Amino acid sequence: MDTFIQQVINGLVLGSLYSLIALGYTMVYGILNLINFAHGDVLMVGALTALTTILLLQSHFPDLPHWLLLLFGTAVAIPVCIIVSLTIERIAYRPLRNAPRLAPLITAIGVSIILQTAAMMIWGRNYMTFPQLLPPDPIVIGGATVTVTKLLVIALSGLIMVGLMLLVNRSKLGRAMRATAENPRVAGLMGVNPNYVIAVTFAIGAALAAIAGVMIAANYSVAHFYMGFLPGLKAFTAAVLGGIGNIPGAMVGGLLLGLIEALGAGYIGDLTGGILGSHYQDVFAFIVLCAVLIFRPSGLLGERVADRA
Amino acid sequence: MQLFFPKLKDSPTAAVAAAFAVGVLLIALPFVVGHFGNAWVRALAFAALYVMLALGLNVVVGFAGLLDLGYIAFYAVGAYMYALMASPQLTSNFPALAAMFPDGFHNSIWLVIPMGAGLAALFGILLGAPVLKLRGDYLAIVTLGFGEIIRIFLNNLNAPLNITNGPQGITLIDPVKIAGVNFAKEQSFFGLFSIPSVHMYYYLFLFLTMVTVLVCIRLQHSRLGRAWMAIREDDVAAKAMGINVRNVKLLAFALGATFGGVAGTMFAAFQGFVSPESFSLMESIIVLAMVVLGGIGHIPGVILGAVLLAIFPEILRHTVVPVQQQLFGKVIVDAEVLRMLLYGLATVAIMLYRPKGLWPAPEHGVAPAGKTENVPHPAIT
Repeated sequence: MDTFIQQVINGLVLGSLYSLIALGYTMVYGILNLINFAHGDVLMVGALTALTTILLLQSHFPDLPHWLLLLFGTAVAIPVCIIVSLTIERIAYRPLRNAPRLAPLITAIGVSIILQTAAMMIWGRNYMTFPQLLPPDPIVIGGATVTVTKLLVIALSGLIMVGLMLLVNRSKLGRAMRATAENPRVAGLMGVNPNYVIAVTFAIGAALAAIAGVMIAANYSVAHFYMGFLPGLKAFTAAVLGGIGNIPGAMVGGLLLGLIEALGAGYIGDLTGGILGSHYQDVFAFIVLCAVLIFRPSGLLGERVADRA
Repeated sequence: MQLFFPKLKDSPTAAVAAAFAVGVLLIALPFVVGHFGNAWVRALAFAALYVMLALGLNVVVGFAGLLDLGYIAFYAVGAYMYALMASPQLTSNFPALAAMFPDGFHNSIWLVIPMGAGLAALFGILLGAPVLKLRGDYLAIVTLGFGEIIRIFLNNLNAPLNITNGPQGITLIDPVKIAGVNFAKEQSFFGLFSIPSVHMYYYLFLFLTMVTVLVCIRLQHSRLGRAWMAIREDDVAAKAMGINVRNVKLLAFALGATFGGVAGTMFAAFQGFVSPESFSLMESIIVLAMVVLGGIGHIPGVILGAVLLAIFPEILRHTVVPVQQQLFGKVIVDAEVLRMLLYGLATVAIMLYRPKGLWPAPEHGVAPAGKTENVPHPAIT
């Protein structure tokens, strides 16, 4: 039972991170039908920017409280990520909006390579230690141990997601976003500026990615130029699992994927008598994805679209 | 040749002459670039392998319009098939097998290549069958997952039974031997001239690439090829026209996978070593980039894309450092880093200026039509 609670908590942490990143994928996809392959690398830029900021501050003002450092780091990372993301959108995606569908996918991959290489040039190719800013002492809940960082990840992600839901469903901007997602041209006729809405969408996605990046780095105490790849891939999987283009779907998909992975990794060894170890965690996630898609070809919460729009 | 230069259709003599010229050029090429070092011939051989891979993926993505992001898995299946069938890996780990084959487990390529191709095709169907109903990006993520699953298994199948030797990979793989000619050794002909091993592989791969091109051209205009293009444009309409969408899609997966499998066996034989690292997601993406950059669904374009993307990094590898030394007197940016940066920039630039690829299919006939007005690209829907 202790393992179970422990893995559920781990799964929730992992899942909240996936959800945050998946939201970026799904919002962009909902409006542009584009897989933003560079999203994971935006996350990496966020984490590394925060790390540099924190190290700089720490060397100049050694007396600053740690939580303030973390806050400053995130506060710098968010605008940097937004600028990076908007630049990508402007240069690599906007000119290709009416191009064949695979063209922006390839530029996205190119941008991802460029971002990774640029990061490698700036920060080097080694793993960098992310300082332990929050108290590492474990808190015991029902036999399972949690750190403050993990609790913060879950709580903050929850808050952000609620905020995002309110933004999308209740605000004028959210209505414009939903309208653009439905049909950019008609939205334009109704007085919505699609380019503005798309830019805002990218900005929100980037901000979420920046926060997720800092949280990942803080949780695992490590950051490097390639750190965005795997979370990006998993988050994309989560977005598809929930039904891509669907905002609640991304949240559900992310949490579910995190839970499946954590429980899978925790129990797969016992279930198979030690034949398959926890390194099959990723296989588990993809098999569940395939199984879900076979029965619900447009994801868990995705709407059944007509065969041809 | 007519496919490459449509104008040649009017003049059969010119077509024959052009084919002959290209043939001579391709045969002479390794001797020309060989002067600059065998590394270049090696790069050419790899370019030929990539052409095979890109053409195979083009069957799936270009002809049938099924976005596959895990194509490299079939390459991996072929490569590991060859590696297992022609190396001491299995006999050293399974004593029973060693007892059955006292001379070691070294199968002829005439057995291994069909096995590799067949197994890859089987995997193609295994992947294709459950995802028939999925469309566009859902298909993309499942194929991506499939590629990752294969790689993870290759990485971890060293316990409890050591089959793939895990991340260390399989070494001591036999080279290709055809009719007693060992491709790993320098061959001398009648004592007059000799051909280095890497040239031999280049010619072998060139031959296989030619076969692939021929098969692809014939496929494209066959009943099956036209059925693929019909389902790419609109699979409901295709179904209404009496096309068995399920079988045709499965055939696309299986045939595409077969090309990948054959290329994989050749890769294993050429390298003498395989490890899961060679089959990462990035490789799938690079092959897809070759197809899309060249001109999706258009065979000459795909070949161009594959050759360019395979050779371009190699050229950069050899020029980046000397050029920097000339310009600044020292190496400012690490060659590998700059290589990747330029690669990324080139991909983005080509797509921005030629969204349909460098050498897109002509606007009529079998081409993926050039509709631009907000209509989703027919290749993927």
